[in-house]
Amino acid sequence: MNIQLRKLCHARSGDKGDTANIGLIALKPEYYPIIQREITAARVQKHFEGVVFGAVERFELPNLGALNFLLHEALGGGGTKSLKNDAQGKTLSAALLRMEIDINDNITL
Amino acid sequence: MKPLIRIASGQGFWGDLLTAPLQQVKQGPVDYLVLDYLAEVTMSILQKQKRKDPRLGYAKDLIPLLEEILPECVERNIKVITNGGGVNPESCSEAILAVAQKLGISDLKVGVVSGDDILDRVDQFRQQGFELKNMETAEPLAGIRNKLESANVYFGASPIAAALRLGAHIVVTGRTTDTGLTLAPMMYEFGWSEQDWNRLAAGTVAGHILECGGQASGGNFSADWRSVPDLAHIGFPIAEAYPTGEFIITKHAGTGGMVSVQTITEQLVYEIGDPRKYITPDCVADFTSIKLEQSGKDRVKVSGVKGTPATDTYKVSMAYFDGYTAFGTLTYSWPDALEKAKRADEILRARLSDLGLHFEEIRTEFLGYNSCHGPLADSSHETNEVVLRVGVRGTDFDAVERFGKELAPLILTGPPAATGFAGGRPKPKEVISYWPALIPKAALSPRVSINQR
Repeated sequence: MNIQLRKLCHARSGDKGDTANIGLIALKPEYYPIIQREITAARVQKHFEGVVFGAVERFELPNLGALNFLLHEALGGGGTKSLKNDAQGKTLSAALLRMEIDINDNITL
Repeated sequence: MKPLIRIASGQGFWGDLLTAPLQQVKQGPVDYLVLDYLAEVTMSILQKQKRKDPRLGYAKDLIPLLEEILPECVERNIKVITNGGGVNPESCSEAILAVAQKLGISDLKVGVVSGDDILDRVDQFRQQGFELKNMETAEPLAGIRNKLESANVYFGASPIAAALRLGAHIVVTGRTTDTGLTLAPMMYEFGWSEQDWNRLAAGTVAGHILECGGQASGGNFSADWRSVPDLAHIGFPIAEAYPTGEFIITKHAGTGGMVSVQTITEQLVYEIGDPRKYITPDCVADFTSIKLEQSGKDRVKVSGVKGTPATDTYKVSMAYFDGYTAFGTLTYSWPDALEKAKRADEILRARLSDLGLHFEEIRTEFLGYNSCHGPLADSSHETNEVVLRVGVRGTDFDAVERFGKELAPLILTGPPAATGFAGGRPKPKEVISYWPALIPKAALSPRVSINQR
């Protein structure tokens, strides 16, 4: 089953200098093992090709059903230096939810 | 000891809803009102104001707000804690006392936490061997030393708790962590020790949830955003804190917005790094230990928070002048809106090149198409209209200013159907960049005092 991440998760993003963070949260507890398995740092790095120019780090928060991603060199220098309309990376959370994954899990949406 | 205290978030940043702190005080029971005014860019703006007038350099919005709520705060013993003192908490306390006098309130004690502003001591610290090198890039400070606009140490909750122990009704601070504003009243009221890491971590988590105001109670909520009721009258979050370190996040009855496990989770993951090491001057909180439970309508119980000992350094936030930027926009309509905007951008760049202007960066984005998601944007539909947005950055003021004169001519000398050029030529703005560093806690101390008439 090909599914867009927005059907499984909600998310919020923000900035710290030129690094953006995206908190990706499973909409239901049973979705967490799926995103934990599928949404690797490497996959997020690939998804954000041309947007993120540094490394992507991933951290797990199983207690909240969430993953936290740090996207380095993602904000055009960050702060008041950035020439981006979204200099704080507020919409990168939605950009991650565009991702499509192919899964065989038996889930109810 | 009180069985519980209610700590209300009144501002998530300088520029937040002006009515929020009034609502927090007037629409239900609260013991503390916490107001966060300081983003990183704010300190350098306040330094500039202070250079022009030595009585300024604090969040001026605070004064008319206090004029409105002080009588009720005094009557109901609601204490106010804010970092709105900026780079001049002493002057801020004087302005507050002047307002109190005007309102006929005597005996008001304003606690002042200062000592965080180290702009005048930077060289002294470097001579003592504290390098203040960039903690992210390891670059030495020397390269930007002469361009420094502000330098402030982040203090935590302890000096605020000390001011409360001295009897302060209002505490104004300079650069204090957002989380410290909320943790401090718990330490003071419940007598928590400065080594009670789990409870300090719990109060820190409460502070993280409150520090962005309505973003914890239904604002900017990405799950089922349509389901959030009455955002026009959003209730700001309140932490109902207990001596055990457990707390409940709620909001006043009758207000809009919502408090759910989902809204709190979104705020918990906002602007964090390694969730096991959420570092503040007070402790290191482990966000993977947090347990959330919906304990009623618009009530989320937070428990289980674990912490570890604080580090032996303070974070220093420095800001320095780093050139100029300017931005210009033009709107292109259907048909071929995006193609026209792209052509206009090519023409603009050719003219800038003919003029021999050099910039560190020129960036073009198309609002309505790709300014949010860049190359991830969906290009399969024709856009009805698109806003061409071009920004430049450079160290040459004249070049950045000249760029601003090249936008409007495109209306009559570029592709057809351009509009939306109101408000005059783009003006250069100063770029303020950040220099985060660390300094040993032993190198300096916060100053705590009480100001009263």
